[in-house]
Amino acid sequence: MVLLIEFLRKPWPWYIGGPLIGLTVPALLVAGNKRLGVSSSLKHICAACVPANINFLHYDWKKESWNLFFVAGILIGGIIAGDVFANPLPVDISSNTVYLLHQMGVNTKSGLLPDNLFNWHAVLSLKGIILMIVGGFMVGFGTRYAGGCTSGHGIMGLSNLQWPSLVAVISFFAGGIICSYFILPYVLKL
Amino acid sequence: MRNIKYLVFGTLFGIILTKSEAISWFRIQEMFHFQGFQMYGIFMTAIPVGIISVLLIKKLHVPTIHGEAICIPAKKFHKGYIIGGFIFGLGWALTGACPGPLFAQIGSGFSVIIVTLLSALAGTWVYSALRDKLPH
Repeated sequence: MVLLIEFLRKPWPWYIGGPLIGLTVPALLVAGNKRLGVSSSLKHICAACVPANINFLHYDWKKESWNLFFVAGILIGGIIAGDVFANPLPVDISSNTVYLLHQMGVNTKSGLLPDNLFNWHAVLSLKGIILMIVGGFMVGFGTRYAGGCTSGHGIMGLSNLQWPSLVAVISFFAGGIICSYFILPYVLKL
Repeated sequence: MRNIKYLVFGTLFGIILTKSEAISWFRIQEMFHFQGFQMYGIFMTAIPVGIISVLLIKKLHVPTIHGEAICIPAKKFHKGYIIGGFIFGLGWALTGACPGPLFAQIGSGFSVIIVTLLSALAGTWVYSALRDKLPH
């Protein structure tokens, strides 16, 4: 029992996590012709809660409610794997990344996210506003504008060999690389 | 009740994302600085498994468990894939999360990420409101 719990607490290497993520694609297709995608759930929540007079948000979101069950599951999965069976050790990132982040004042020993950047006190600081509120806004705005996110384009779209999804994924990485090299260091200095 | 199976799949997906640390802000920084293989390894195994699965489903005309035909509509390209994709990328590096991981980050105990999620909802709403004025 102790051994089993110890195993469950361990993080999984890429060659276990990656193929399992890939298998989510056929699992959802066979279960009910559903295409893997998460960002649509944000749209459905908007359509359900505050459709206002926006045409784009007036549709039968209840028909897509499977997606809301799916993201509720992701939250439960996070509780199970990240809280109940949380890895007690810091994320084992490369020593180069640790060095780089330490120089920018990031605590690298606090679980899956740096707790000195992401906490309730930080929400009202300029740094916290940029990291969480501006960052979150860009995630929601950008994924809807791009018609999908890392799962919808990166996994599902590429699995279906759709070139528009490849363009989207390249754009995701262009934004991410530019931000982490040229913007994030200034944000962390605030 | 038909939807309960998606709750189960979502839970498994959340466990996989969390255990493989794809929801970790640290892993995202490591990836964007090309300093580690974990995230690239995940993509480089997930995508081929997805490609082979989709090819098999199409070749063998595999139906759903309810006997319906499986169809995957093609995505129609527009400029938003580049502009929106780039904006999302900037946000991905700041938050260390794409939409799926946001939910898992909250579950893993970082309750403050509720703020990030609400802000992402606001972003989706604002896009929806401005949609007709944006280049596509």
